[in-house]
Amino acid sequence: MNIDICIVAFSQSACVAQAGAANEVELIMPQLEAVYGQVGISNAQDVDFVCSGSCDYLQGAAFAFVAGVDALGAVPPIQESHVEMDAAWALYEAVLKIRMGHAESALVYGFSKSSPGELPVVLSQQLDPYYLAPQWIDSISLAALQARLMLDKGIIKASDMAAVVASSRRCAMDNDKAQLAGQFSISDLLEEPEYVSPLRKADCSPISDGASAMIICTRSKAEEWQVPFVRLSGIDHRIETHNLGMRDLTTSHSTRLVAEALSIHNSSLDIAELYAPFSHQQIILEQALELQAETEINPSGGVLAGNLMMASGLSRVGEVFNRIVAGEAERGLAHATSGPCLQHNLLAILESV
Amino acid sequence: MGELAAVVGIGQTKYASRRGDVSIAGLVREAAQNALEDADLSFKDIDAVVIGKAPDMFEGIVMPEIYLTDALGANGKPMLRVHTAGSVGGSTALVAASHVQSGTFKRVLTVTFEKQSESNAMWALSTPQPFSVHLNAGAGGYFAPIIREYIRRSNAPSDIGIKVAVKDRLHGARNPLSHLNLPNISHQEVEDSMMLWDPIRFLEACPSSDGACAMIIANKDLVSESPKPPAWILGGAMRSEPTIYAGRDEVNPRAGRDCAKDVYAQAGISDPRRQFDCAEIYVPFSWYEPMWLENLGFADQGEGWRLTLDGATSLDEGGDIPWNCSGGVLSSNPIGASGMIRFAEAARQVRGDADQHQVKDARLALGHAYGGGAQFFSMWVVGANKP
Repeated sequence: MNIDICIVAFSQSACVAQAGAANEVELIMPQLEAVYGQVGISNAQDVDFVCSGSCDYLQGAAFAFVAGVDALGAVPPIQESHVEMDAAWALYEAVLKIRMGHAESALVYGFSKSSPGELPVVLSQQLDPYYLAPQWIDSISLAALQARLMLDKGIIKASDMAAVVASSRRCAMDNDKAQLAGQFSISDLLEEPEYVSPLRKADCSPISDGASAMIICTRSKAEEWQVPFVRLSGIDHRIETHNLGMRDLTTSHSTRLVAEALSIHNSSLDIAELYAPFSHQQIILEQALELQAETEINPSGGVLAGNLMMASGLSRVGEVFNRIVAGEAERGLAHATSGPCLQHNLLAILESV
Repeated sequence: MGELAAVVGIGQTKYASRRGDVSIAGLVREAAQNALEDADLSFKDIDAVVIGKAPDMFEGIVMPEIYLTDALGANGKPMLRVHTAGSVGGSTALVAASHVQSGTFKRVLTVTFEKQSESNAMWALSTPQPFSVHLNAGAGGYFAPIIREYIRRSNAPSDIGIKVAVKDRLHGARNPLSHLNLPNISHQEVEDSMMLWDPIRFLEACPSSDGACAMIIANKDLVSESPKPPAWILGGAMRSEPTIYAGRDEVNPRAGRDCAKDVYAQAGISDPRRQFDCAEIYVPFSWYEPMWLENLGFADQGEGWRLTLDGATSLDEGGDIPWNCSGGVLSSNPIGASGMIRFAEAARQVRGDADQHQVKDARLALGHAYGGGAQFFSMWVVGANKP
């Protein structure tokens, strides 16, 4: 537990609406090459542990991650594991591996092509298979239900949601990996028709293809590699009930629990990268985290500017890492989510050294 | 290896071709509650939940942990979902152990399952992929040519596989949880069963089962809070290699050898056949017993089949190194759980809690799982003595 864990490298592909014929290995390889280059190693043999996050249903194949192993050069064999979750949880597994002293360094990556299928419909099949999945309730409809509750209770106004989108698009203008960027006023956005009421298309993250990768290690390993590094001073996560009727959808109980466990409330944060696939969910998260006014939220544009399923959570951590390394921030928060209406939430705290 | 941890509770379901009496949530909860009862604990004593299963396509549920949160008492807790192909049951146990060994948690629940009656594994394994040869063979068709190559290399008698099939079913007949219960199975009956993928006959292949397996893993400080003897985790290792590469030995994969070497070093094992009292090894097709005997260093190259022939791996024949006393994968195969059942059954042996299939005075046992094209391995060593 007392081992200092550091992030030393991060790379993310551009978020693209359609990666065309490129397969998953071809999406992963450039990101692996990039992180190897950042620390000056040549392949996965030079780290002690590898963990990835992906989803078979997005690729339409059982064992989709097996192909990912082909991207690693796993000859001779390597210590490798996989979570059927966003790669932010692969990062979590790697952190445990380092804490227990089984590894000094780890490579973490996540990838997906959401474009070949109908993502909101695919995600309907992660609901209770007996009572909910047969109704094919897609992820956008569930989020719309949540937004409607917030509007009806007076917690937000439509213009608050549009303000989140406007901020995302504006910030994304400085992010060359973003899929959607530009200057939009709140009134411009509100003039757009509703898509799944009360959500407009701009309230929903786009469908994106791509991958991201990260290398973490002990502090002594980071010093040995002589590269800029950032301390991962905390990481934790919580899940809550799947039964939407049992949850207050207008808040995020699990996010609050993690924030308390990591003592985030009232702590000083320069930036926060939040995985909010829908505009109103960013507001739910901001409230659950009790973020202070000085905290800059989603300077990358967040996932409304491009959403790499199974990698976006890891990318939130990576975005905070990039800004601390660049000297734009001292201390930042990264968030990842999974499941309908923010069911499962992970937080990571990053600090400059 | 960080904080010392031990298995303090084990729970399994009855394995069957169809558990129509429970939903998937009911199935995993049954295993979890059995484990909690075994450890004299309740859900509130659990800090985190680690769940594993084979591909989501088997049951057609995307990331089923999202739906199983409530059934496993995970609300408000961390929950992690592992998926490493057929080795997932073992990997999940190791990831759960790392939650405790890292010092992050004091006590975790880990559960794996498969409900094959609500799934279609053959379909799930055979979805056509762009730019890939379409395989409609399932696992048996994939492994049969590798087994034939083993027989060619080792000159093993042709009925070694039959001997394993009989032995593991006789072991399984001692285990009331076993899916197959064949106390009167004979050499002739296996030999007469239909040839599925030459040289694998119907009775030389694993069944398709519904079932779940759960364990409670605790930090050493909490071990005394559970009544039964603990199974101390003395080592754990995973290895992966690509499905195909130039020079790959598919009969005796290097990832398996490296994984065994790693876990043996952690647990101080130099002579596995002599030091272990028993082993629970992933043998879904009969011939994988002699193949893994060699891969795991219990026998020299080309000699694994002799141990099987001599009855060394048989509880009924009084063998010195009984393998799969629970009946193994050949008797029960809820795919995602099959690896964890191996790990849990190894732990049951060293806890002295294996009832009719107990190896007398077992102190040290190996649990093993493999998956993919025999390319993903996970193993642990458990012992009765606190290190």
